[in-house]
Amino acid sequence: MSDDILSPLHDEHVALGAALTSFAGWQMPLRYSSDIAEHQAVRTAAGLFDLSHMGELEVAGTDAGRALDRALVGNLSALEPGRARYTMICAEDGGVIDDLVVYRLSTDRYLVVANASNVAVVREALVERLGEDALLVDNSLATALVAVQGPLAEKILTGLTPQAEAVAALRYYASVNATVAGIDALVARTGYTGEDGFELFVAAEHAPALWAALLEAGEPHGLVPAGLSARDSLRLEAGMPLYGNELDRTTTPHDAGLGRVVKLDKVDADGRPVPFVGRDALAARAEAEPARQLVGLQGLGRRAARHGYPVTTPGGEVIGKVTSGAPSPTLGHPVAMAYVTPEHAAEGTELLVDVRGRGEQVRVVALPFYRRSR
Amino acid sequence: MTAELPAHLKYTVEHEWLDDAAPATVGITSVAADALGDIVYLELPAVGETLSAGSVIGEIESTKSVSELFSPVSGTVAEVNQAAVDDPSLVNSDPFGAGWLLKVDVTETGPVLTADEYAAQSGG
Repeated sequence: MSDDILSPLHDEHVALGAALTSFAGWQMPLRYSSDIAEHQAVRTAAGLFDLSHMGELEVAGTDAGRALDRALVGNLSALEPGRARYTMICAEDGGVIDDLVVYRLSTDRYLVVANASNVAVVREALVERLGEDALLVDNSLATALVAVQGPLAEKILTGLTPQAEAVAALRYYASVNATVAGIDALVARTGYTGEDGFELFVAAEHAPALWAALLEAGEPHGLVPAGLSARDSLRLEAGMPLYGNELDRTTTPHDAGLGRVVKLDKVDADGRPVPFVGRDALAARAEAEPARQLVGLQGLGRRAARHGYPVTTPGGEVIGKVTSGAPSPTLGHPVAMAYVTPEHAAEGTELLVDVRGRGEQVRVVALPFYRRSR
Repeated sequence: MTAELPAHLKYTVEHEWLDDAAPATVGITSVAADALGDIVYLELPAVGETLSAGSVIGEIESTKSVSELFSPVSGTVAEVNQAAVDDPSLVNSDPFGAGWLLKVDVTETGPVLTADEYAAQSGG
């Protein structure tokens, strides 16, 4: 705990009475008051998150896009400046090293956002894979990331910026440079909650002023600070994967139902297929009968399935494992994601989860569990 | 945090509290309730069930985690707090009062701590 990195917003969290937790080497807010109240605020109004633990790696160079095409599974050279993509970095065997959001800041600059737990390994892999073709700078410690998420996020944020029109006009997975509360920020319409919302990248030293301005402007709209606990229950309802749960080195993007992020058909400047790291294994995986499949499980009882619990047939044969699970604050019943064998993955299939020695009935349902109305 | 721990109660290292009435009232401490976060589900033993001190007698589930409930005493369940079963948030809002869990006819009490000892143990 004492070795944890403190967020640039640490003093703000302490002043707000947050319960802090050690997460991926950082001391971060788990909750401020109530997990459920914070969760519901994001679903109905807005929540303010400190995500400064996330890693920000800048990749620059005239050939940066092509270099990233070779390093990642996505087609980053085709990304327009001002747009972003959800993508992954895989090992040669197709296993996921991390899931990433990559922003194209300009023709020759990209921002790669990695999970806190994986920043070092992603940085090392990128340095090796990019070689001389692009320059990588790790800005993780100098950058704060603050997210405003929820149906009122746009209203709150546009009240704080002279570029209100540009911010309001942002499409999902697009970004723009804007001044928010007098602070230079990269404003992106991205998030991890299943709601509309924005993520703001700012210099770490400006984070406290930005945080205070957003809290003050948001309060009349019902915005509350929200911790990692709410973030986890929100992303679970939205069916979004969490590295370490749904994704790890032993899973491929296809296992997680995310084969669409793997661009096997991307080509280089000469029109030849790009031999990106993991391509051969992933091409084979795309054709193969999957050994397992990520599914949604609706709990029919009260006791929630949790990470690591075995999934069985009604007869007790183990056919999978839970990756994430919790009582859903929005839906009022337990939900979980799990890897199961394909013959038990059809919607409507009734299964059991071994919840601490007792079978709890679950039903396979479509993901996501929650989809916002637009 | 110490100030929140009623001095007349006894405590266990597993974060239960009990009083010395007959039957004895049993609950979980504010330390445990705060650590769990919003409690959404309680699984408690039924009235008439026999408990033995130190054994697992139920579960307390929050959105974030789940914790087992250990019996601080041996005895028989005399009453279950149905109000808390119906609205587990009572355990968060008033763990030493309206959020009590069980009343137990005690035959034997397991190892317990005073409020000060518990506060020292739980880092409070």
